[in-house]
Amino acid sequence: MTRPLLEVRELKTHFSIGRRGFMRRKSVLRAVDGVSFSIHEGEVLSLVGESGCGKSTVGRTLTHLETATAGTAMLDGRDILNLSPAAFRPLRRDIQMIFQDPFASLNPRLSIEQMLAEPLFIHGLARDRSEARERIAATLELVGMDANSMSRYPHEFSGGQRQRIGIARVMILTPRLVIADEPVSALDVSIQAQVLNLIKRLQRESGMSMLFISHDLGAVRHISDRVAVMYGGRLVETGMKRQIFETPRHAYTQRLLASIPRLGKRIG
Amino acid sequence: MALLDIRNLELGIARGSELLPVVQGVSLAVEEDETLGIVGESGCGKSLTALAIMGLLEGTAVRIAGGTIHFQGRDLLALSPEERRRVMGAEMAMIFQEPMTSLNPVYRVGDQIREAILQHRSMSGRQAHQRALDLLELVRIPDPMRRIDSFPHQMSGGQRQRVMIAMALACDPKLLIADEPTTALDVTVQRDVLELIRSLQARTRMSVILISHDLGVVSETCDNVAVMYRGRIVEQAPTSTLFSNMSHPYTLGLLGSIPALDHDVEWLDAIPGRVPTLDEAVPGCAFHPRCFAAQGACRTVDPGAAAVSPAHFVRCHFPQGSSS
Repeated sequence: MTRPLLEVRELKTHFSIGRRGFMRRKSVLRAVDGVSFSIHEGEVLSLVGESGCGKSTVGRTLTHLETATAGTAMLDGRDILNLSPAAFRPLRRDIQMIFQDPFASLNPRLSIEQMLAEPLFIHGLARDRSEARERIAATLELVGMDANSMSRYPHEFSGGQRQRIGIARVMILTPRLVIADEPVSALDVSIQAQVLNLIKRLQRESGMSMLFISHDLGAVRHISDRVAVMYGGRLVETGMKRQIFETPRHAYTQRLLASIPRLGKRIG
Repeated sequence: MALLDIRNLELGIARGSELLPVVQGVSLAVEEDETLGIVGESGCGKSLTALAIMGLLEGTAVRIAGGTIHFQGRDLLALSPEERRRVMGAEMAMIFQEPMTSLNPVYRVGDQIREAILQHRSMSGRQAHQRALDLLELVRIPDPMRRIDSFPHQMSGGQRQRVMIAMALACDPKLLIADEPTTALDVTVQRDVLELIRSLQARTRMSVILISHDLGVVSETCDNVAVMYRGRIVEQAPTSTLFSNMSHPYTLGLLGSIPALDHDVEWLDAIPGRVPTLDEAVPGCAFHPRCFAAQGACRTVDPGAAAVSPAHFVRCHFPQGSSS
């Protein structure tokens, strides 16, 4: 591990939520309220916590899907939070996101080829269709899909295959930082394992950095180098994976770990 | 005599004149005061089996093609819809994964619990109100006097699931079917809800069928476990036997797919491939295309259920040894 690729300092993302009644003041939801962490080159940092803790908002803020209220996020010595949309656009190739349902935001009428060619042309990574096809075929094989699937459409694929295609759409840009927000939560147990192995292998082979956002502590242990535990918009504990899982210091981390149902244990 | 006794249940989805099998030869028994876990991935038939027990398949494309479901000695499949309705809700009840879709958003939770009570019991509105308060207290909703007037959207996911449990318990059912009751909840809330179900069961001696994709949840709460794959029970045993002596390659594959919490594993032992769709006919054992132990016979002959030890049944030509 070398220098930090990304350094987030005192990140805050607040939302104003609807005023109740005509004269009432607007109230503020402090979804992310002063979060600091760094991710080194080739490192996987997990952000773990329960629903509403703000973990997804961190990822969405870093990719400009939400607007930061305060704080900085330095990438290559540049604060990416204060960039205009035009100045941020070229960076989108470097910072890519894997979503729980990668097809929710994609046009179902596009073939897989069209879907994977789009980012290539946007970022000028392919000059023509045949060059794009070559790259698409190679990337599909990288994620364990047959190159022939490029002529097919999203509805022809199972949930696990769709997530592989979603991952291909990210990997085809060879990003430096991938933000994966609950990438396996919607998948069946046996498919989850396949996709977790895939993400881990791709991360190792490409040397990319990753922010892995999840509520699933097992998946987090499998994939991370370091873990940050989030509660109520703040990080309550950050540490090396083994330290967090074997000697958790914060009471919330301890409670979280104690709540997970274990095999061969019985309650009641 | 078992409280619930299912023999050779066959369910199919009507597709034109054809009936595509979705549940095949399922036999299960649940004794009084016992918790049975049904484990499997999407499409394995676990929820359809539950809906068949509850008589909730009417109006769907799913047909009962064979078998019997005896509850307290009566064959439910032979009852008229009217008799069926009397049993349902009064003697068996069901809760679902997402309580918000089962609760009516425009009625206060108290009204919904009262309605559940008055469906099956004749009592005054005042008595029903008191019973609703008692039930909210039973499921440990804080400040029930105030919460009884809340709307579902004013409650958290965990509290809504508690309200669903309160409604299910309205008539002291003998059997509670819980279909992924904690899947939509955070782990800390899941723990509370599972403990609640256990303690209610200890109090009322009701039987529970817990349907889950989570081996950990089942291991912690169930007396017996049935593992389903593509419409069939592939392994069935008392929980402690199953976890000490897993025999079916699919059950072992599920276990290998779960990342460990207390030690580091380089790569997960994932099951390769995917579940075939209903249209894809698989000759022989339905799991063989994904199975590490598959040999010649697996590709042609569908294995029957065989006992590897008393009360431990496996549907496999080559069950794995106790060493694994």
